[in-house]
Amino acid sequence: MKQMERETSQKAWDEFKGGQWQSEIDIRDFIQQNYHQYNGDESFLEGPTENTKVLNDELTKLKLEERAAGGVLDADTKVVSTITSHGPGYLDKDREKIVGLQTDKPMKKALMPFGGIRMAAEALKSYGFEIDPETTHIFTDITKSHNQGVFDAYTPEVRRARHYKIVTGLPDAYGRGRLVGDFPRVALYGIDRLVQAKLNDLDNYGDQEMTDEVIQMREEISEQIRALNQIKEMAASYGFDISKPATNAEEAIQWLYFGYLAAIKQQNGAAMSIGRIDTFIDIYLERDLKRGLLTETEAQELVDQFTMKLRMVSFIRTPEYNSLFSGNPIWATLSLAGMGLDGEHHVTKTAYRFLNTLSNMGAAPEPNITLLWSQKLPETFKRYAASVSVESSTIQYENDDLMLKQWGTDYYAIACCVSAQPVADGIQYFGARANLAKTVLYAINGGKDEIGAAQVGPAYAPITSEYIDYDEFMQKFDAMLDWLADVYVNALNTIHYMHDKYYYESAQLALKDTRLDRTFATGISGLSVAADSISAIKYGHVKAIRDENGIAVDFKADNDFPKYGNNDERADEIAVWLVKSLFTKMNRHHLYRGSKLSTSVLTITSNVVYGKNTGTTPDGRKKGEPFAPGANPAYGAEQNGALASLLSVAKIPYKYATDGISNTFAVTPTTLGHDPKLQEDTLVNMINGYMKNNGHHLNINVFKRDTLLDAQKHPEKYPTLTIRVSGYCVYFADLTKEQQDDVISRTFHETM
Amino acid sequence: MVKSPLRERKVPKRNGEILGFVHSTESFGAVDGPGIRFVAFMQGCNMRCQFCHNPDTWKKNVGTEMTTDELLEKALPFRQFWGDKGGITLSGGEILLQIEFATELFTKCKKLGINTCLDTCGQPFTRRQPWFDKFQRLMDVTDILLVDIKHINSDEHRKLTGYRNENILDMCQYLSDIGKPVWIRHVLIPERTDFDNYLTELGDYIKTLKNVKKVEVLPYHTMGVHKYHEMGIKYKLEGIEPPTSDRVANAEKLLHIEDYKGYLDWPS
Repeated sequence: MKQMERETSQKAWDEFKGGQWQSEIDIRDFIQQNYHQYNGDESFLEGPTENTKVLNDELTKLKLEERAAGGVLDADTKVVSTITSHGPGYLDKDREKIVGLQTDKPMKKALMPFGGIRMAAEALKSYGFEIDPETTHIFTDITKSHNQGVFDAYTPEVRRARHYKIVTGLPDAYGRGRLVGDFPRVALYGIDRLVQAKLNDLDNYGDQEMTDEVIQMREEISEQIRALNQIKEMAASYGFDISKPATNAEEAIQWLYFGYLAAIKQQNGAAMSIGRIDTFIDIYLERDLKRGLLTETEAQELVDQFTMKLRMVSFIRTPEYNSLFSGNPIWATLSLAGMGLDGEHHVTKTAYRFLNTLSNMGAAPEPNITLLWSQKLPETFKRYAASVSVESSTIQYENDDLMLKQWGTDYYAIACCVSAQPVADGIQYFGARANLAKTVLYAINGGKDEIGAAQVGPAYAPITSEYIDYDEFMQKFDAMLDWLADVYVNALNTIHYMHDKYYYESAQLALKDTRLDRTFATGISGLSVAADSISAIKYGHVKAIRDENGIAVDFKADNDFPKYGNNDERADEIAVWLVKSLFTKMNRHHLYRGSKLSTSVLTITSNVVYGKNTGTTPDGRKKGEPFAPGANPAYGAEQNGALASLLSVAKIPYKYATDGISNTFAVTPTTLGHDPKLQEDTLVNMINGYMKNNGHHLNINVFKRDTLLDAQKHPEKYPTLTIRVSGYCVYFADLTKEQQDDVISRTFHETM
Repeated sequence: MVKSPLRERKVPKRNGEILGFVHSTESFGAVDGPGIRFVAFMQGCNMRCQFCHNPDTWKKNVGTEMTTDELLEKALPFRQFWGDKGGITLSGGEILLQIEFATELFTKCKKLGINTCLDTCGQPFTRRQPWFDKFQRLMDVTDILLVDIKHINSDEHRKLTGYRNENILDMCQYLSDIGKPVWIRHVLIPERTDFDNYLTELGDYIKTLKNVKKVEVLPYHTMGVHKYHEMGIKYKLEGIEPPTSDRVANAEKLLHIEDYKGYLDWPS
């Protein structure tokens, strides 16, 4: 038996350079020993095969039908989604190179009630489906969901803060997501070996003292082992035996995808990243190409069809959820390229092949393609990526030089929209975001909400003078920020405790090391509004106009004041201070399971909803108007051009905001240059410059405002027009009208 | 014939330092010379081009007064965006009307290794002294020029801009003779410059120059018209629409823009 096993492994691993990865579970080492740098250009790339084209047409047709049907074509109302809940499903079995769907039918949404049974029922109801009463009964009367657990423990204060939307989007009724499984493990080692390693960890966990921590971990490892066996069972239903390592590229991609499929069948996390798999897949493709088992066209076909599967992932959500994260993103974030710790770049032909999927199958929001950008990446690759951006506005760029230094490993991936995570042994507890703009108003109004005057925060003395004194304001703001940090961290500690208890991610965590480094993610919304408001109070001599309840409902600044987004230190330092200050206050708290605090300046499309629920602010923003997305300067604040704006955002220190500082940039094509070559040049230099200044993340959109206006009027003409919003990519047609208006009214950088 | 020397304009100074009159600056200029450039639009122009979209830059000796150091200080934070092609562009208005300022700024740029680009219409050009000496000194510290040829026919040039073009073409000749890289730009205006015969003539003329790295056809647009209304100046191209894309393509063909690819590997 032992002998046979070794032989299978040896065959599967033939021609690979050996190393530590053979005796330990260590994908990073395998990549390091075996990856093939590529320094050439894109001329080797091939178009789609006939099968890919037919499948892609079929998928596009289904997606349009789904959109026309209001968002859902079919949904499971009874069978609760687990790794093995459904039999095999196909788009077109004979044409599919890579198989596996979330349910037994394409586009059929899975029923995922573990996060919250009410949320699941409501989501179904909003699309005209009724949940099976038996399922409701089981999750309500017999067992309970994560959501019930959280609400059983929430304090009244947390509930109020949540209700009045000073904290919003908390993962207390759906999966928290943001855990990148090390999916290549399935392919390189096969399930049996992974089970063996976990059994070994189980044997060795704890020193026989059964503390809470040891009990919890031992139960979790057992759950992981169960999940691994279920992944094997699911693969078997598709006719694959994945107990042993994959022997060729097609198997490797398929095995890896089964790992990912298990994750999305078990969890409806806000972000379900696929990780950083380009170099890994490339090693297998190159081996098969070298052996003459594959042509380039066939290699591309595998990448195309795998990517198509990522494009198909979908969860059913409630309208409230959609208003926060519009267009049904699932953040199958795919990280490409980047550098090794040894200073060698990780650009392979497969990084090109993944980008080529956008031209082979048209633009699409998923996977959320993230280019890990280093100054040292080959110019040819940078140019190619830039050309794809000009063509389709589907790429986000993140500063690999910065992240490599911060995380200390070159085997990290983007776990959600923009935040990095070590793939082998890092996890992140996702924690949505707190509203800093509202906190400014709470400081002025003594903890009363400016819309409706309810006492939400602590009843500190409000500011009562006509003109707001800066020193008085700062004292009150500091106290209010303390309260915000308290209530926010308390909410998140509750959420993650319950998530582990009721909705544990056994599939993803089975594919990671047992001992983990955990980060406790928090987030900030309304940064630019808060910074400009404080700048207004400091420099603009601001008068408050109050209603009959004494609530400041409008403001008037007598003088001009500096605004964040102009590379003006006076305003930018306020934004920096805000991030550091909230971070420091949250960091005084106990954080769940010894996790390390991190934060983000990232809003997704929730900037619209946050704005809607926030009154008029001292910077001149009117009640209900959207915030700027992510770390972007406020609308109209930028008076010194695109680069000044980039420099301001680049000042937000990544060290404090390791979950990401999202900057969304829109520019017209002609502003970048008068021909494609020059446009690529400009983009490459722009990204280089931003990252040299320590900018972390950049969404690049290249289009004209007129195009968006036309697409809003005639969506049928632009069925697959994609744009980048804060942290992800979306079909323009899938945005709400309000969000479309928001995108259109945003700052476009253009020259005449 | 020996021409008499030109009367010298007094160079504006503050505490002994040369001052420039700046209309505005742009941190992200990607169509104002090679690469990403910091662009300073300088105040003052003699020409009154009917299609000018920046009539607010015509007036001389107004705008923000800046020393070359002050302007550099404004530009330098953006240096990391410039890459190996980008840098600083001085545009206008007509920059050659503030030639001393331009020369001092570009001299400092060259010391710092910054690429320099001059965006000019060439109207002040003359081989008379002492101006020509000054121009030569400026060329020593200028890496590349964007030269607008408004019209190839001198009479038509006069109608369109108020000035004849002989000295402008002479500047082009001089720049060709000294091998100074230029991008030639031509604004395509229906009923004014969009005639096949003139375009052919311009195309042939450009062929005689040896220093042309790029030729660009800039389609006339009406985005500056509102400024005329705001400033109470009559807009002489009222009713003329931007050229069609077919006419733009036609002009690009007649100007042989495909033959000028030197900009792609510049600087090499």
